[in-house]
Amino acid sequence: MKKLLIALATLIPSLVFAAGPTVPLDEAEVDLHDKASLQRGAQLFMNYCLGCHSLEYARYNRMFEDLGIPEEVGQKNLQFTGEKPGDLITINMSPDKAGAWFGNPPPDLTNVARVRGPDWIYTYLRAFYRDDSRPFGVNNTVFPNVGMPHVLQELQGLPEKTYEERRIDGEMQKVYVGLKTDGKGRLTESEYDQAMLDLTSFLVYMGEPMKLEQRRMGWFVFGFLLVFTILAWLLKREFWKDLK
Amino acid sequence: MANKFVEWIDARIPMTKTWNIHLAEYPAPKNFNFWYLFGVLAMLVLVNQILTGVWLTMNYVPSAEGAFASVEYIMRDVEYGWLLRYMHSTGASAFFVVVYLHMFRGMLYGSYQKPRELLWLFGMFIFLVLMAEAFMGYLLPWGQMSYWGAQVIISLFGAIPVIGDDLTLWIRGDYVISGATLNRFFALHVIALPLVLVILVFLHIIALHEVGSNNPDGVPIKKPKGSVPDEEKPKFKFHERFTKKYDIVDAIPFYPYYIVKDLIGIGIFLFLFCYVIFFMPEMGGFFLEPPNFEPANPLKTPEHIAPVWYFTPFYAILRAVPDKLFGVILMFASIVLLALLPWLDRGRVRSIRYRSVLHKLNLAVFSVSFLILGYLGTQPATPTATLFAQIFTFLYFAFFVLLFFYSKREKTKPVPERVTS
Repeated sequence: MKKLLIALATLIPSLVFAAGPTVPLDEAEVDLHDKASLQRGAQLFMNYCLGCHSLEYARYNRMFEDLGIPEEVGQKNLQFTGEKPGDLITINMSPDKAGAWFGNPPPDLTNVARVRGPDWIYTYLRAFYRDDSRPFGVNNTVFPNVGMPHVLQELQGLPEKTYEERRIDGEMQKVYVGLKTDGKGRLTESEYDQAMLDLTSFLVYMGEPMKLEQRRMGWFVFGFLLVFTILAWLLKREFWKDLK
Repeated sequence: MANKFVEWIDARIPMTKTWNIHLAEYPAPKNFNFWYLFGVLAMLVLVNQILTGVWLTMNYVPSAEGAFASVEYIMRDVEYGWLLRYMHSTGASAFFVVVYLHMFRGMLYGSYQKPRELLWLFGMFIFLVLMAEAFMGYLLPWGQMSYWGAQVIISLFGAIPVIGDDLTLWIRGDYVISGATLNRFFALHVIALPLVLVILVFLHIIALHEVGSNNPDGVPIKKPKGSVPDEEKPKFKFHERFTKKYDIVDAIPFYPYYIVKDLIGIGIFLFLFCYVIFFMPEMGGFFLEPPNFEPANPLKTPEHIAPVWYFTPFYAILRAVPDKLFGVILMFASIVLLALLPWLDRGRVRSIRYRSVLHKLNLAVFSVSFLILGYLGTQPATPTATLFAQIFTFLYFAFFVLLFFYSKREKTKPVPERVTS
C-alpha cells in the first residue's frame, strides 16, 4: 500500500506535465474592461490580420457596439471592403489558393483564444525569428515551421535567436537565451509587447463577446439565489417545527 | 368555486388521489440525509436539459455544413443564446455529477437490495440512456473533439467479431463520421432518447413509490399490520394504499416536509451550477474541451483525443486492456456488474452503518478506483498511466467479486428495530 502511494505521488506530476507546449508561455494580462486596448487590438487586427484571417462568426456592428466605437467611425476606419455594418467579418481569399500559398489555409480566428488560450497567442505573436531555411525567411519558437510570414515585421523588426557562451560542467557551451530584434521596426520592444497584448485582448474578446455581460448577470443570479435559499431555509424551519 | 373545479376534475381523472399518493400522503422516512437530495436534483437537471434543449433546437442547424456555425450563431447573435447553451452544456455534466452521487447513495445504504431490485434496474437503464444521450449530444456542435471523440467511440463496435465492421457502418450511416451521422444523432438526441429517458424516470418513480423509500439506516419503516401501538404511530395521515397492509412508523409526508427541505438543497446546488455557467463555462476544459471550439476537420486528427470527463472511468478501463475486443467487453462488464448488484450482494443488512469493516473498505477502494480511473481516462496513455489503469481496473472489478463472496457470511453489527434520528 505504501509503495503504491509513493508510486502514485511520483506518477501524478509526470502525468500532469506530460502534454503541453514545449516553450514556456508568457502570461497575457488581458483586461476586457480596457476598451482602449481592445480598440487598438481591433485596429491591428483589421490592418494586419484580416488580409488572410477571417472572424467569420462575428459581426462588425456587434464588435463596434461592444468596444464602444461609433458605427460611422468604425465603418470608416475598420471596414475596408465595403461590407455593411451587420455583415460577418469574412475575407475574400479562397481557401484553395491560400492552401497552395501557405501550405494550409490560414484558420479563422473567431475562437482562437478559446482553442489556444491568451498566453499562447501573446507568446506566439512575439516568437517569430529569422530562419533562412523557411519559405518566408522566418520561423516561430511557439509554433515551429508555421506557414505564416512575420506580418508584423514592420512594427517589431526581425528578431534573431541569440546565444550566450556559458560554462556548463566545466565546458564552454552556446546556450539559447532568447530572441533579440534587429531594431528596424517602428515600435520599441515594450511598445510591441503592448501592441501584442492589445491584439491578444481583442481576440479574447472575440472568443467570448458576451463575457462581461455574463459575469455581470452572474452576480445578479447569485443575489437572487441568496434570497431564494434564505427564504427556503426559513420556510423549512417553519414547517419542520411541527415535527419536534 | 375552486373546490367545485377540483371535484369536476377528480371525477374524470385521479388528480387529488395522485397528488396524495405521491406527495402529500406519501410516507418518507424521517431520517433522510444529504445523500437523499440527488434524486430531486437529477429531476431538476432533466427539466433544465429539456427546456434549454427545446430552445437550442430552434436555432441549431443539424448539418455538417451548418452545425458549427449555427452554434456560434446561438452564442453570438441569438438573444441570451449563450445562456441557453451554457445551461445545456453545464447541465450535461451536472446530470452526471448528481447521477453518480445518487448511485453512490444507493450503494452506501444498500438501496438496490430486495425488494428494490427493479427500481435499481430502471435506474441503471436511465444511466445507460443518459450516456447515449450525452454521447450523441456531444457530436452536435461539430467541433474537433465532437468529431474525433465520436470516431473513437463508434470504432469500438468494430471490435465485435464478424459483424463489427458492418455494425459501425450501420451506426454511422457512412464510411466515416459525416453529415449522415450528425443527422441521425440529432434525431436520437432530441426525440428518441429524451422520450425513453422520461418514460424510464416515470417508471423509476412508480417503482420507488410501490416499494417505498429506503433510508440511511436501511431499516424498513413498514411494520406488520397491528404490531405497532397507536401512540408510536406518526401523527400524519398517510394514504390508505400504504397503511392498508402495514403500520407505518418513523415517516413524514413527502409534501410539504421534504419539498421545503429540498428547496434549500436546490438553492445550494444552483449556486454551484450558476457559478460554472456564469464564471467558468468550460470548467477548465472538462465541461467544454478547448479543441471543440475548432470546427470538425476529418483530415486533421487532434494530438490527444479525450472523452468528456463523465466517460473517462470507463474509457480508462477500455484502454487498460491491450486487446481491443476484450477491452470493450470489460468496459461494458463494468456497467453490467453495477446493474447486477442486487444479486451480487447476498447480504441481509442494507446500510453501510451496520455492515462489516471489510465491506466499508471494499466500497472505499471501489470509489477511489473509480475516481482515479476517471482521472487516468483524461490523460494520454503513457506506459505508467496504463499500468495504473490496469491496477485500478482490477480493484474496480475486485469489488464485485469480493462482495459476492463475503456478503453471504458477513459479520455485521446489530441492526436497530427502528430508524435512528
